[in-house]
Amino acid sequence: MSTRLAKQGRLIDRSKQVEFTFNGTTLKGYEGDTLASALLANDQMLVGRSFKYHRPRGIVASGAEEPNALVGLGSNRRYEPNQRATTTELFAGLEAKSQNHWPSLEFDVGEINSKLFARFLPAGFYYKMFIHPKPFWKHVYEPFIRKSAGLGAAPDKELVDADTYEHFYFFTDVLVIGGGVAGLQAAKTAAATGAKVLVLEEKSFWGGRAPVDGGEIEGLAAEDWIAKTLEELGAMDNVTLRDRCMGAGVYDHGYVLGYERLTDHAPEAGGPRHRLWRIRATQVVTATGAIERPLSFAGNDVPGVMLAASMRDYIVNWGVMPGQKVVIATNNDDAYRTALAVHAAGGEVVRVVDARENGGGKLADEVRALGIRVENGRAIAKVKDGKRVTKVALCAQNGEGGAREEIEADAVAMSGGWSPVVHLWSHCGGKLNWDAANAHFAPDPDRAPTSHDGKPFVVTAGSASGPLGLGAVMADAAAAGAKAAEAAGRPAQAVAEIATNDVAEAQMEAVWFMPAKADIQLRMKSWLDYQNDVKVSDVQLAAREGYESVEHTKRYTTLGMATDQGKLSNINGLAVLADSLNSEIPQVGTTTFRPPYHPISMGAIGGEARGEVFQPLRRTPMHDWHEANGADFEPVGHWRRPYAFVRGGESVHDAVNREVRNTRENLGLLDASTLGKLVVKGPDAGKFLDMMYTNMMSNLKIGKCRYGLMCSENGFLMDDGVVARIDEDTWLCHTTTGGAERIHGHMEEWLQTEWYDWKVYVTNVTEQLAQVAVVGPNARKVLEKLNAQAGGGMDVSKEALPFMEWRDGEIGGFKARAYRISFSGELSYEIAVSASEGQAFWNALYEAGKEFGVMPYGTEALHILRAEKGFIMIGDETDGTVIPQDLNLQWALSKKKEDFLGKRAHTRSHMADPDRWKLVGLETVDGSVLPDGAYAVGNGVNANGQKNTIGRVTSTYYSANLGRGIAMGLVKHGPKRMGEIIEFPGTDGTIYKAKIVDPVFYDKEGEKQNV
Amino acid sequence: MLMLHCPFCDEYVEETELQAGGEAHLKRFGPGSSDDEFHDYLFTRENPKGVHFELWRHINGCGKWFIAARCTVTLEVFGTYPANCTEPPQWIKDKISEKRPGWTWREFAG
Amino acid sequence: MKRYSAFAVAREALRYHMGWERAWTSPAPKRHYDVIIVGAGGHGLATAYYLGKNYGITNVAILEKGWLGGGNTGRNTTIIRSNYLQDPSAAIYEKARSLYEDMSQDLNYNVMFSPRGVIMLAQTEHEVRGYKRTAHANALQGVPTEWIDPKRVKELVPIINLEGPRYPVLGGLWQERGGTARHDAVAWGYARACSAMGMDIIQQCEVTGVRSENGRVVGVNTTKGSIDCDKLGMVVAGNCSHLSDMAGFRLPVESVALQALVSEPIKPCMDVVVMANTVHGYMSQSDKGEMVIGGGTDAFNNYTQRGSFHHIEETVRALNETFPMVSRLKMLRQWGGIVDVTGDRSPLISKTPVNNIFVNAGWGTGGFKAIPGSGWAMAELMATGHSPLAEEFSMNRFKEGKFIDESVAAGVAH
Repeated sequence: MSTRLAKQGRLIDRSKQVEFTFNGTTLKGYEGDTLASALLANDQMLVGRSFKYHRPRGIVASGAEEPNALVGLGSNRRYEPNQRATTTELFAGLEAKSQNHWPSLEFDVGEINSKLFARFLPAGFYYKMFIHPKPFWKHVYEPFIRKSAGLGAAPDKELVDADTYEHFYFFTDVLVIGGGVAGLQAAKTAAATGAKVLVLEEKSFWGGRAPVDGGEIEGLAAEDWIAKTLEELGAMDNVTLRDRCMGAGVYDHGYVLGYERLTDHAPEAGGPRHRLWRIRATQVVTATGAIERPLSFAGNDVPGVMLAASMRDYIVNWGVMPGQKVVIATNNDDAYRTALAVHAAGGEVVRVVDARENGGGKLADEVRALGIRVENGRAIAKVKDGKRVTKVALCAQNGEGGAREEIEADAVAMSGGWSPVVHLWSHCGGKLNWDAANAHFAPDPDRAPTSHDGKPFVVTAGSASGPLGLGAVMADAAAAGAKAAEAAGRPAQAVAEIATNDVAEAQMEAVWFMPAKADIQLRMKSWLDYQNDVKVSDVQLAAREGYESVEHTKRYTTLGMATDQGKLSNINGLAVLADSLNSEIPQVGTTTFRPPYHPISMGAIGGEARGEVFQPLRRTPMHDWHEANGADFEPVGHWRRPYAFVRGGESVHDAVNREVRNTRENLGLLDASTLGKLVVKGPDAGKFLDMMYTNMMSNLKIGKCRYGLMCSENGFLMDDGVVARIDEDTWLCHTTTGGAERIHGHMEEWLQTEWYDWKVYVTNVTEQLAQVAVVGPNARKVLEKLNAQAGGGMDVSKEALPFMEWRDGEIGGFKARAYRISFSGELSYEIAVSASEGQAFWNALYEAGKEFGVMPYGTEALHILRAEKGFIMIGDETDGTVIPQDLNLQWALSKKKEDFLGKRAHTRSHMADPDRWKLVGLETVDGSVLPDGAYAVGNGVNANGQKNTIGRVTSTYYSANLGRGIAMGLVKHGPKRMGEIIEFPGTDGTIYKAKIVDPVFYDKEGEKQNV
Repeated sequence: MLMLHCPFCDEYVEETELQAGGEAHLKRFGPGSSDDEFHDYLFTRENPKGVHFELWRHINGCGKWFIAARCTVTLEVFGTYPANCTEPPQWIKDKISEKRPGWTWREFAG
Repeated sequence: MKRYSAFAVAREALRYHMGWERAWTSPAPKRHYDVIIVGAGGHGLATAYYLGKNYGITNVAILEKGWLGGGNTGRNTTIIRSNYLQDPSAAIYEKARSLYEDMSQDLNYNVMFSPRGVIMLAQTEHEVRGYKRTAHANALQGVPTEWIDPKRVKELVPIINLEGPRYPVLGGLWQERGGTARHDAVAWGYARACSAMGMDIIQQCEVTGVRSENGRVVGVNTTKGSIDCDKLGMVVAGNCSHLSDMAGFRLPVESVALQALVSEPIKPCMDVVVMANTVHGYMSQSDKGEMVIGGGTDAFNNYTQRGSFHHIEETVRALNETFPMVSRLKMLRQWGGIVDVTGDRSPLISKTPVNNIFVNAGWGTGGFKAIPGSGWAMAELMATGHSPLAEEFSMNRFKEGKFIDESVAAGVAH
């Protein structure tokens, strides 16, 4: 059984006991425990069920590589599925639930998959089954498979995260990822040059494995050396140390993501839960250590079978003994340290089986000297199935698993050798070499990831480079620190030798199958990928079936695709594949490592941007007034515009109709501040605008306005608006609301990249001005009243300010520029004042307008008013595929100009095609409103069996002024078919009949706007 | 996540400050050009596996357009220069030649 | 070829699955083929398959420089839908979708086509109009879709937040028979079927040159030697410019990185596929339980299969906002693929300036859903010289100004 030791446990504080729950049962641990160590201390060997066969699973590892011990953590708005027990720090009140079982962890019905059906569920079985009958996949098979899919329960569907997250920028010369002895040494060496250094350590403690593994550095015990070095680094201004912060991903040009877990260990502490560090590092040192590999023997997934070094971690770091009678299986010397640790802590090592014929070196001798039975050339044949280890069968390694000796044990420590953590090295293209002696892939320093300057920017340090002995690790780390600092532009320095005291080890030997010629029954019980239930036999099957590429095998078997991303299984799986193909591991290759190193929260990735600050919100100067006066807002880009101003007891639809009628009959106010306003100025401004607009702008007279169209170089209509000539070399161009930034950018692009010798400046003054459209028969009256109140002002009479002209002056005491332009067909003034005076000006208009029946109106009334007049709207009549000719706007395409953007494009055959659909008005026969986006049908079907269409609705509204539906549309040969009735099928089966008419529905002669 | 040197600000700036603008050094064809010329000008883009010349705008910065010489395979940036240049400066050509002897891109070569 | 079935699996189980044969063979190239397809991704394999199935052309080699299905076929978010606005797009995507319906039976390989339904959310008035227009167009195109209100959206997607403070959900375009499929299985299933027809799938075989005489293709040079052919199909997505350069003509495409990510697997919580274009995010849940999430493309040319992280941030922000519970999940893995994008972001299925060379490219971000339709049309074009499904996707359209622009429904101007 697994117990808490009376002594040991360098990371726990025995004076601080902590209560937590696992599946509802209250358990006790200590501050400094991980959830995994606390569970083991409570003899909770069974912690979860596997994905496919629902096999009972226990804790295998002590760090981020753990594949089994995933729990649902927390509750309500702080629930999180799939948290690793090994990387979860214990805190008072922690709630954990095991996953993937029903009805309970101890008794899981799904285990039938393992007991009865495993044989029928090999890799890829679903590709070969469930094919017939066809509807069964959707309705029977898939629902069943889906039900059994997934690991942790989904958060509640209405869950709103209780925590907050933030982003953080950091720029550094050298970033060291990993705060073990190698990382600290690399940081120390780099920092000594004066380089700015950031060190990230994913755990809550520094120093990595060294204090557990023992040895001396510079005459100090590892633990003391770590404390001293931390103190030194902490005292340096150029060094930043961050624990609980993982290097998550390395990206191009030295961009690195750090993932800091601020309050996972103290959920009530307040402040953000996670912080995403966006780091730009000139050089990155990855001191990420190495991960121990499991051995592939039958029953290597039974709870109680554990990585040897992890067992040692539990003993030394947390004072937990995972078993009282331990069998150790290894192919290298490191596992002997576990034998020593178990023994030192009072546990019994019942056997060490070393697969190597010649066994281990000095460490093995030490173990033997303690009276522990060590057998060379031996293997585990099988661990007896169950919810914990009870019996272990031993056999000769070089055999098929016969002549077994069965011994009693309650834990197994296994070591199949070590693989450097190369993920961060590989994320951005670092290449690997196969090291046959140590049976692992190690970074190839000559093929490092390169940065913007083409030079390497990642250096590995310590066991992440390949070496495992303490002396080699420290020497490599110091060299890496020096190399990184120099590459970051710091002076080169000689690296002093670092004295260490460690034990020479005998060479490891690769063991991919245990025993070497394990028969099929054993191979079907030898797990490679614990979480996804991939066994040796599965990889062999994939290879037999031709899934020979490592990527094929991975995807066919799901090897390495679980939440641990193959940290334990990849090399073992590759070896089995290579063996099956009679190939070598380097020829089979390795899969691509993708960020993140370890899963990171979506909350952290999103950062602060949520709710109100999800995206920037743009408000006009009159926004608050709108909000207080019933505005029903619609998002337009980042702006919010009032769709309508709804009064009490009114529907939005009612409000729109009221606004439309009132504007035609009395007086309407529209907040037009969002319209883009670009000042174009300079000696060549006229010439430039002649290129930008399809019509002529250079000959516009000062004081006058002209409606202009803009096409893209590809010929499509992209924006429209009124242009005013301000003075000899200044024009003011209005754009659509969505167009201000886009058109400004468009102008700048042409000015800077094509006509860069033209003397023109463009400035976007949209936000500097508030603009109000004063619209309706009473528009002049209200302005005159304001001027009268102010004792004078701009003459707004027909004579002094005619239609399509503008004037500067004062209105009601406000400095203003008034344009006599109309998008409604009514008498209309668009008046711009300084943004800071927008609200005051609006208030003045509103107050003065009360006697004239003033009402504000929103975007929907704006749309209807313009549609009644047959004015086009960018985004309605245009959609990126429409050219001015389609909208009968040929008059705006200058024939005098040799060139303008879009002119050449219009001559291409399809754009000059007389069969293009053209703008017309549409009136339903019965007065109803045509559905938005409906298509008119012609005769027959096209070559692909689709009904032929001859037109479509581009805008459709109920016109309160006309008391009927009105619409505009594009119709084939439309203008030549006036009076014809065409059919628009609705999606509900209704056929709408509409007559083709002139698009101007209201005041055809335009008398109302020109008064 | 690219980082490019803005030749106007003389700063290395983050990709999030930049807007990509596609192939640089395009020759515009307007009225009077042939269908082929106009088509190629608008649609036939260089799409090299290797050195590319492309426009960028420091949109969340100085607002200026510049040109980057960048490798599309390694993302190495050989240099940046203002957009009002008709060809890459010699120092950039030299730098590319050093790393990619024999390179060509449209009418430019090492 | 042994047929796959539950019975076969049971039979093999009794002999520990030792009797399964190779899904596809791995032959050395012959000297001559009637047709060579370059690119053993979904589109290339589907082209070969329908050449054999529909036209009896089986003296075919499919050349692949890496491993089959190893490009964008194995890197996408597996969404299948056909609710496109423009007629040519709706035609080919609906053809593809309908072929997906029967693909598992047709190929005797379970590709797990799951018509779980696809919603495209409307979050602005502009999108509402765009999708209503699409629904009208789809009705005439024979593509069943419908406009649904927010209440129905919530019923279909219980985890959605309808009342986001910035972009409330105003409704959606719903295609009930859209869904997902197992992407690798599509490539593997086609490969197995092609191999069974006697076609040669030659992996680890990179084309190094294209040979033509008198304006007509005669063969290719490869890392496995020179191979002659009567017709050549180029179906290599992001690498198509590279290949067309060898053949001496240019394609109107650029290659950019497209990114995707998955969460850790959780128990089923979202049955349908949801696309939210206003906030740039789309998400579905795989049969394994992972939330499969697609993002946007970079705007610069790139062959690294690595994209820029700010796109991931933007996508995840959008999803946290639209599906608040996502905030408590974790990103397991992110990756990128290289997609080829044309001037109107619609594909090319086209003859080329060299006789008997045909190109299938430019699928941009939408290639997976098109695979069977694309292969069907490409095979028809290669076998007969004319395909109604492919006609509008000719590369000449750019010269004529006859674009197929699908961004219309979600345009930006207002």
